[in-house]
Amino acid sequence: MEYLLETRDITKRFGGLTAVDGVSVGVRPGEALALLGDNGAGKSTLIKMVSGVYQPDGGQIFLEGRPVHIASPMDALAAGIETIYQDLALAENLDVGANIFLGRERMKRRFGILRVLDDGWMGSEAAKVLERLDIHIPSLRSTIRTLSGGQRQAVAISRSIYWKAKILIMDEPTAALGIAEQRKVLNLVRTLKDQGLGIIIISHQMYDVFEVADRLAVLRRGVKVGERLIKETTPDEVVGLIVGSETVASGGARSEGSMR
Amino acid sequence: MENARAIGRPKGASRLRSLLGGRWILAFLILETIFFCLTAQGFAHPSSAQMLLFYGTEVFLLAVAELFVIITGGIDLSVGYVLGFASIISTKLITALANAGLPPVLALLMGAAFTLLVGVLPGLVNGWLVAYLEVPPFIATFSMLGACHGVSELIIQGIYAMGLPEFAGEVGNGHFLYYAPGAGFSFFSRPEVERGTTVYEIVPTIVVLAAVAIGTLAFVLARSRFGRHVYAIGGNRDAAVRAGIPVRRRLLAVYALSSVLASLAGISYSLKYVSGKADAGASSLLDSIAAVMIGGASMFGGSGTVGRTLVGCLVIAVLELGLRMSGTPTFDKYILVGVILVAAVVVERYLPEDRK
Repeated sequence: MEYLLETRDITKRFGGLTAVDGVSVGVRPGEALALLGDNGAGKSTLIKMVSGVYQPDGGQIFLEGRPVHIASPMDALAAGIETIYQDLALAENLDVGANIFLGRERMKRRFGILRVLDDGWMGSEAAKVLERLDIHIPSLRSTIRTLSGGQRQAVAISRSIYWKAKILIMDEPTAALGIAEQRKVLNLVRTLKDQGLGIIIISHQMYDVFEVADRLAVLRRGVKVGERLIKETTPDEVVGLIVGSETVASGGARSEGSMR
Repeated sequence: MENARAIGRPKGASRLRSLLGGRWILAFLILETIFFCLTAQGFAHPSSAQMLLFYGTEVFLLAVAELFVIITGGIDLSVGYVLGFASIISTKLITALANAGLPPVLALLMGAAFTLLVGVLPGLVNGWLVAYLEVPPFIATFSMLGACHGVSELIIQGIYAMGLPEFAGEVGNGHFLYYAPGAGFSFFSRPEVERGTTVYEIVPTIVVLAAVAIGTLAFVLARSRFGRHVYAIGGNRDAAVRAGIPVRRRLLAVYALSSVLASLAGISYSLKYVSGKADAGASSLLDSIAAVMIGGASMFGGSGTVGRTLVGCLVIAVLELGLRMSGTPTFDKYILVGVILVAAVVVERYLPEDRK
C-alpha cells in the first residue's frame, strides 16, 4: 500500500553536527510505525522536520505520494499532520472543550452583533470526540489541571482527531503514565489505527512498541540502521540495533557503510 | 509545581473549601463591612458606598488593567505613572482647548480622546519590549514607570497641571442621577430646588463611566476569543503558540489596553481633583496589584476574573475608609493590606483547582 507520509533521504544539520542523515521512512494508513533509538539518535529532529518545526537541509517529504513543503507547524496542521509532544501542549487552566478548540474557537452571535465564545457547542463536540475514543472524563467543565496524566494524553489525542488528523505523531505517549493508563493510551492507538490514521510513535518502552506498532525503524547517530516488521523481529534484536552491538548479525545492509 | 500543590494541601481544609469555593474573599468582604458598620461611627450609611466607589474609581480601572497583564503571566508596573502622565496631559489639553474658545463639553471630549491616543503609547512600547524583544515584563514596565515619571515632571516643571474649566470639575464630581422630593429624578444635573431641600445624589458620574469600561472588559475577558487567548497564554504559552494563537500580537494588545485603562484613570483623576500631577497614581499601583492578588489571580498567570478583582479592590477600599472613619491612622491600612494579601495567597492554595 502507498505511504501516507514518507521521508526520502531527509537530512538536517546543526552547524557541524548532522542530526539526521539521509533518513527514509514512511507510514501507511492504519499502520503504526515506531521510531526507536538512543538519546541523541535523531528521532526528535526527524519528527520536528515532519511537523514543520525544522526545515530539512536535504531530501524531501511526501504526503500521499506528492512532495510537500512544510514551512511551519501551521502548515503541518493544515496538511493533517498532528504532533503530540511529551508536554502535551495543553493549557492547564482551561477546560477540555477550550483546549480542543484552542486557537480555533467556535463563536456564536449574541444580540445580532456581539461575537461570543460558544462554550456549550465546544463542550458538546468535545464530549462527542471523547466518546468516539471511548474516553471517560468526569466533568468536561473541569480544567486540565484536575485530570490525570492519561486523561490529559486523551485530551491531547482528541484534539488531534477532532481536527481530522491523517497522521498522528506521538512523542513518548506513555512515558509519564501509570500502568493502567499506559494500557488505555495503547488501546487508543489501536482504535486510531482502525480508523485509518497513520501513526508514528517515538518510544523508549519496548513493550509499547511490540504491543501496538506494526513496523519499527531504528536510528543511531542520525542514520537509519534498520527497519523491521514487528512480527519478524524480537526485542533482543531491536536493542542490538539501538546500541549497535548486533549490526552485523541483524543484516542491516547500509548500517556500516553509512557510519561516519 | 503541580505535585507540590497537590501534596501541600491538607485534607482538613476540604470542608471549608466545598462550603465557600471561590467565594471566600467575598465572604471576607462582607464580614469586613459588617465589622466596620459596627465599629466605625457613620460607616453604616449609603454615602459610604458612594465614597468607596468614587474614591476607588482609579484603583478599579488600574486593577482591571493589571488583571489582563497578570493573567498573561506578566506585570505592568507603569500603570501608576501612566495615570499621572495622563492626568497632566488631559488637564493641559482640555484647558488649552477651552481657552482656545471651544465649548467646554467639546473641549473635554476632545481632550479626553486625545489623551487616550497618547496614553496608548507607553503600553505599545511595553508590549513591543515584552512580546517582541522578550524583555521581562518587570524590567520593561519598570523602565516605563521611570520614563513616564520623567516626562511628566518635564511637562509640569514641579507645579501641578491646573486651569481646567469649571465644567470639568462638575463632571468629575457630579452625579449620574439626582433625586429631590418634589422635583423628581434628574440625570447629570442637580435639580433647582429651594434652599434646605435635601437632594439625593445617586452614583457619581465617573463611577458610571468607569463601570461601562470595566463591564465591557469583563465581557471581553470572559466571553471573547481575545479573552480566551489571554488565559491560554498565561496557562501555557507554548501551547498557545502551537495552537496557532498570535501570542506576540495578543501580548502587545494586552499591554496597550493596560495603558489605555491607566490613561482613562488619569482622566478620571484630573476631572475629579481638577488638576494633574506626576505621582497621581503612585500609591494606586500597589493597591491595584494587591487587589488582583486578593481577588485570587495567580502571579504566574492563567487565572483571575474581573468580578473577583473588583471584590479585591473593595476589600482594600472598605479597609481604608473603615479605618479612616474609626480614626485609625491610615498607615495601618498598608500593614493590613499586606497581611490580607499574604493571607489571600495562602488561602488560595487550599482552594479547589478547577476554577477559571
